[in-house]
Amino acid sequence: MGEFKVHRIRFFNHMPSAIRVMAFNSHTERLVVARADGAVEIFNFADNYYQEKVIPGRDGKAVEALCWVGRRLFSAGLDGEITEYDLENLRPRNSMEAYGGPIWTISSNSQGTLLAAGCEDGTVKMFEVLEDRIQFQRNLSRQKGRIISLSWHPTGSQIAAGMLDMIKIFDAETGHATHRLLVERGLQRTSNSQEVVVWSVAFLSDHTIISGDSAGKVQIWDGITGTLVRTHLLTKWDVLVLAVSPDESSVIAGTSEGTVVQFQFISSTVDQQDKQWVRTRTFKSHSHDVRALVHTDTAVVSGGVDTQLVVRPLLDKVEKNTQESAMRKIIFPHRNLVSCAKKAGLLLFQFSDHLELWRLGESDGNGKPGDRLPVKRNPEKLIQLKRKGEDNICCSALSPCGGWLAYATVSSVRLYRLQLDNNISINKVSKLPKELNSVHQLSFSSDSSKLFASSILSSVIVASVKELECKYLHTFKPPSDSRQPVHLLSPSEDGNWLATANTGGEIHVFDVHKLKLHCSVPVCGSCPTAVSIHPFSCSLVSVHADQQIFEFSLKQKEFTAWSRKLQKQGMHPLWLQRDAPITRVTFNPNNPTHILLHDTSMFCIVDQILPLPEEKTRFYNQSVLQSLSLGERLRNSHAFKVYRNFQNLLCVDLMEDHSLVVVERPLLDIVSQLPAPVQQKKFAT
Amino acid sequence: MVEYGDIRVVYRGGSKINFRKPVISNDSRFLLCASGESVKVFSSVTEECVHELRGHTGQVTGVLLRPSNHLQVYSCSTDGTVRLWDFTDGILVRTYVVGYPVYSIYASLNHKEVVFIVTPVQSDKRTELFQLVAVNLPQTPDQLVEARDLSAVLSDVSSNPSTIAFGRGGEYLASVNNLKMEIYFFKKNKSYSFSLREYTKNGGKNTFTCIACHPKDDCVATGHDDGKIRLWRNFKQKKEYTYSTLHWHHSAVSSLCFTPEGTNLLSGGVESVLVQWRYNQENQKDFLPRLGAAITHVTVSPDGALFSTSHSDNKITIIQSCVKVSAVIQGLVKGENVTTGLLVDPRSKALVLNGRPGHLQFYSLQRDKLLFHLDIVQQEYIHEAGLEQFEVVRAAFDASGLWLATVEERKQKSAELELNLKLWSFDEQTQSFVLNTTVSAPHEARITAMCFSQAADSQTTTLVSASRDGHFKAWQLGLPAHTDDEGPSWSCDFVGAYHGLVPRCCCFSADGSLLAVGFQEVVTVWNPTSWELLTTLSQPPGDVRNLCFGQLSCSKYLLGSNNKKMVCCWNLLTCSLEWSTSMDVSLLLVDSRSENMAAFCCQDGSTDLFVFKPSEPRPLFSQKAVCSGRVIHAVFTPREVMLESSEESSQWLNRSQLYFLTEFMDLLTFSTKAEEEKLMASSKQLVIDDTVAMTPFYLLLGKHRHEHLGNEESAERTPLPQSSVAIKELLQTPAHVLPATSFLCSMFAKSLLISVTETSHHCFLSSSVSVVQISHSLYRGALSLTFSGVFWCKSYKEFKFYPLKIAS
Repeated sequence: MGEFKVHRIRFFNHMPSAIRVMAFNSHTERLVVARADGAVEIFNFADNYYQEKVIPGRDGKAVEALCWVGRRLFSAGLDGEITEYDLENLRPRNSMEAYGGPIWTISSNSQGTLLAAGCEDGTVKMFEVLEDRIQFQRNLSRQKGRIISLSWHPTGSQIAAGMLDMIKIFDAETGHATHRLLVERGLQRTSNSQEVVVWSVAFLSDHTIISGDSAGKVQIWDGITGTLVRTHLLTKWDVLVLAVSPDESSVIAGTSEGTVVQFQFISSTVDQQDKQWVRTRTFKSHSHDVRALVHTDTAVVSGGVDTQLVVRPLLDKVEKNTQESAMRKIIFPHRNLVSCAKKAGLLLFQFSDHLELWRLGESDGNGKPGDRLPVKRNPEKLIQLKRKGEDNICCSALSPCGGWLAYATVSSVRLYRLQLDNNISINKVSKLPKELNSVHQLSFSSDSSKLFASSILSSVIVASVKELECKYLHTFKPPSDSRQPVHLLSPSEDGNWLATANTGGEIHVFDVHKLKLHCSVPVCGSCPTAVSIHPFSCSLVSVHADQQIFEFSLKQKEFTAWSRKLQKQGMHPLWLQRDAPITRVTFNPNNPTHILLHDTSMFCIVDQILPLPEEKTRFYNQSVLQSLSLGERLRNSHAFKVYRNFQNLLCVDLMEDHSLVVVERPLLDIVSQLPAPVQQKKFAT
Repeated sequence: MVEYGDIRVVYRGGSKINFRKPVISNDSRFLLCASGESVKVFSSVTEECVHELRGHTGQVTGVLLRPSNHLQVYSCSTDGTVRLWDFTDGILVRTYVVGYPVYSIYASLNHKEVVFIVTPVQSDKRTELFQLVAVNLPQTPDQLVEARDLSAVLSDVSSNPSTIAFGRGGEYLASVNNLKMEIYFFKKNKSYSFSLREYTKNGGKNTFTCIACHPKDDCVATGHDDGKIRLWRNFKQKKEYTYSTLHWHHSAVSSLCFTPEGTNLLSGGVESVLVQWRYNQENQKDFLPRLGAAITHVTVSPDGALFSTSHSDNKITIIQSCVKVSAVIQGLVKGENVTTGLLVDPRSKALVLNGRPGHLQFYSLQRDKLLFHLDIVQQEYIHEAGLEQFEVVRAAFDASGLWLATVEERKQKSAELELNLKLWSFDEQTQSFVLNTTVSAPHEARITAMCFSQAADSQTTTLVSASRDGHFKAWQLGLPAHTDDEGPSWSCDFVGAYHGLVPRCCCFSADGSLLAVGFQEVVTVWNPTSWELLTTLSQPPGDVRNLCFGQLSCSKYLLGSNNKKMVCCWNLLTCSLEWSTSMDVSLLLVDSRSENMAAFCCQDGSTDLFVFKPSEPRPLFSQKAVCSGRVIHAVFTPREVMLESSEESSQWLNRSQLYFLTEFMDLLTFSTKAEEEKLMASSKQLVIDDTVAMTPFYLLLGKHRHEHLGNEESAERTPLPQSSVAIKELLQTPAHVLPATSFLCSMFAKSLLISVTETSHHCFLSSSVSVVQISHSLYRGALSLTFSGVFWCKSYKEFKFYPLKIAS
């Protein structure tokens, strides 16, 4: 199958940002996650937890609360504004000042007509949700002290607000407080003088109120009489967040210790109906604070300071020993943060606030497979480019020749001309066509003469770049009326084609020379995660979130025979069980039948000549094969050659000189950069 | 049990009381536990054994209060019977013959006259499969009832009784076995089973170890091998069951128990800490630490006032519900091996052997009670697997019981052996042994034998220790040092060796004039005063294993056994071999009260016993197959009262008893028919009415009163109508209308006056005096205990009134 010289790169200091808050829309099965840097990410739980959309944040705008109203997404933060997002163009649509100081929480009633915001000044502000905006309706009666958490009764008649040292219940009609539930101050940790913060409340339809507070208690209250029913002491530290299952039979609480504790509404004896809340399971999937929790029908979704998104299915709700019952950890973004200049041997790393341009090291040594070669020239950081403005970088691109660099934020696009021969120079292309204003994906053609940019309404803008000049050429419009953003751009190696994919699952191929649509690939149910056009055979390979691989011939405009054979036989179960999507497809010019794929945990070469693995064949057989003789090896090998020596991969790409660039980001490096977790006594230490 | 004439081998004392969960009676006054082939009834206040319910012919495997009558108790045994007892009187009420060995027994109020037993599956005898069977107990007035109405409830259960429990008044039954839990609902006749993975992700073992059911709620607590406790709820659904986990124990949870109201859950394990969890507030827990040894069972009395924990060192601790220890019932501690052998303390006549780690235990065979533990090592015992600790390996008493020598060793690696020889003197004031001398590293290698000079009247005592380093050393008590106040200490007097051979055994003659040391094949005889080698005796081939001097009239003989199946008897006057015989003797011992010697021979997996006199050719007594397996230690213990046996074969038991310990750690002895009859008579005498609290004092007083009554039967003692009326009046009148105490006192005393005859008066007087003495000796060394009582004593004309107060 061939040997590669591998650049094993570990100097990309990508640092994911802590998860701050999450919200789940059970109708569309979309989970929205807000991170500490203000970025908002949308995961599609129906499509193998694929990260569909990312809306970058901006400086000084920390998201404190998220709320779905139907298909509309609202957020609020400590800047005192309520923002609605445009999910088709991946940018904030409009913002509205609430005039109540920092907003700690927002919550909509179940009818989706009203939005309540809890503010620093002690007011709960009600906003009416209109077609295109929200409008201030009124204030509920003002309290002393900030409103930390809010929860509507499912009928919308009452609303519970968690504050300092107390919980208030408001009548939503009159706006008056009907009950005041005093929360006991912590006995364990420090002095009594420290006030207790009710971090989270949940109002259930049987008028039970459940609260989690900074004294480590989960308390269950009777909302009608306003009395305390039960106190569960979970931790010495804080209970930060609560989440209720849709059928209200289970509540989960996230603590500062990184544990998630489940409470279930169970009858104490089998035949009787009197149920009570009983603490049952404890999940420990985080090392740091659990800041955000979602309880879906079948799973507990948690995220926190350790930046991981953990989906843990509840084994009493799903079938055991299926793919559904496996726990998932989503650590790395499902998109490329690294661009390679194949010809020049350069790498561009994208951070949220800057870009880094590195030149690869060189080695002239030879060795056996597995050897470590002596480095003749060390890799070298050429440029560190800080972004301009307050918005975070949403995408970046490096031209294959290494002469152009482009990046985009929500509001602007910047293009730079690089000269790296003797003395490094970087010149900004000052005049850009006005069409390039709102961009969420960038790419250069293989001869570095054209810049492709995906823009609003699922369109792709083509511009030519030459000698410090950028000229608008054309806008590719999708043939359908899809408005979903294009998240993948893949120009072909020969410069004839451009393949685009949008989050609606559509893949279109455009003829770059004729500047028109060549063909559309039939839409399959799952969103494509990587597309690429083969340099010689002119076929398009697409990999989808459900781990299926398709090959589409651009000449015949139909799926190739290999692709149909693959679909007929089906993928190997072990291939389908992997939980990270394939994020890049490349080809080996020396060996046209090879397709190189990678996700965060493995790197795979698919050989189209070899037979496909059957369900019973051993899938991960590379180590076994190496011990066999040549003849045996040929007989036992199958098309999927999976290498798992590299872990936590962010990028695998093949350079012009047939060396392989492997960018790894070890988890230990991420963990070492996290803040210290709360101190816990461990047994036998 | 092997019957031979009128001598038979019996278990006498020292049986396990921690084998099964004990049962506490409804009024918390009695604690019942299975002990060998009988059930013992202890008083939960005084720790005394009140009754022993005898009748089973196999190991008792379970005790259970009868749910419909709290004064009766079921017991089950491997002999295939279930017996019903009235435990307050110690009477066997009924015997149900099941016909299969029973391993545990359960019952609930919901199931009237049905008990549930665990028996082996009959179809296949080789595999260890057990099933739970419901037994209908027929209601007939007969003593012996056949109970053949069996119906299987659950198959594939564990024989360990703590793995099955009834839930919520008998609505359902929960059983765990290995990795599976099964819950059976009686009403719906349906069972649900849940299984766990063998190992958790962190490597903990998930195997179930025990189970307990909440008395009110549908909640089942299970203990696991990795120390976790799981609380299962909602188990009526196959899928939507749920459990929460409590984790405090670091290794396997051995027992779980809910309190009767269900407010607390008790758990115990190898940590020897009783943990009390609040039900539904599980992060609040109470601990009772330092219970001494690993907890094997936890039980709660039906009224919740008392807890009891059984421990691996054969101990039952009774704990009040405020988590305070109130009483300890200690049986004979049996460790993994007894390295010191069996010894008899000449002073207290107690059996002495290894007890707790690093301790020697003193066990009274007459009273079947552990007297005390002597801490030899004086280091804290740390429980950790694989950790080497100091252990007591040898001990020896001198003839008068004034001196005790102990050897402790720690073998981290065989090259770095740590040895200590300690000499303890008996302190008359504190009535215990006090450390006198510590010799660290007395030898360079392990000590193989140690003995004191036997002579009780000699001025100086000599201790001889033989070691694998090829030397034996004699130790003597030195003269008291002049400079300081400390008493004399021991020092080495002589180091002997013989051609570099390794000494294996040593022995002093009865008068202390000769010392025999066996160096492999050669027996050397030394003079202990001048330390010169007198003679060597040798009978190759074979290393000498045991050496014994004859006693009394046979003191001219020296007997030795070697590992080549030979027993030799040398005459020391002629220094020649008197006789020898071919016998594979594993143990040879001598009775210090008579000329008799006992030899245990191991053959074909069982052991034979021969009792003989060295001077006579014919053995006095021989018995084939005394017990199965090897006998590892044996000892003759002197009797307090000599037995008058006329039969020739049992005469050797007249002066002393022979106790022996098998390799399965069973303590056995020989008993004659006459002795058993005497024992039965005394146990009948002890039966008393239960209206009076059972105290040792009462037992003694009651005994004397019985004797008294027996004496006066002919003298037709008159009842005391006057006195009883007076007492009644005194007790029933309200206190505030009573006259002054001084007035009452004389009236009360007068009411007790009887016109006594001369003889009965004497008897009364002597009995009261003896009571004082005995109770004094009883409480000596006990906890601070104040006893006050009133005794009357009469000079010839008048009664005098002595208030008496004993405190210690």
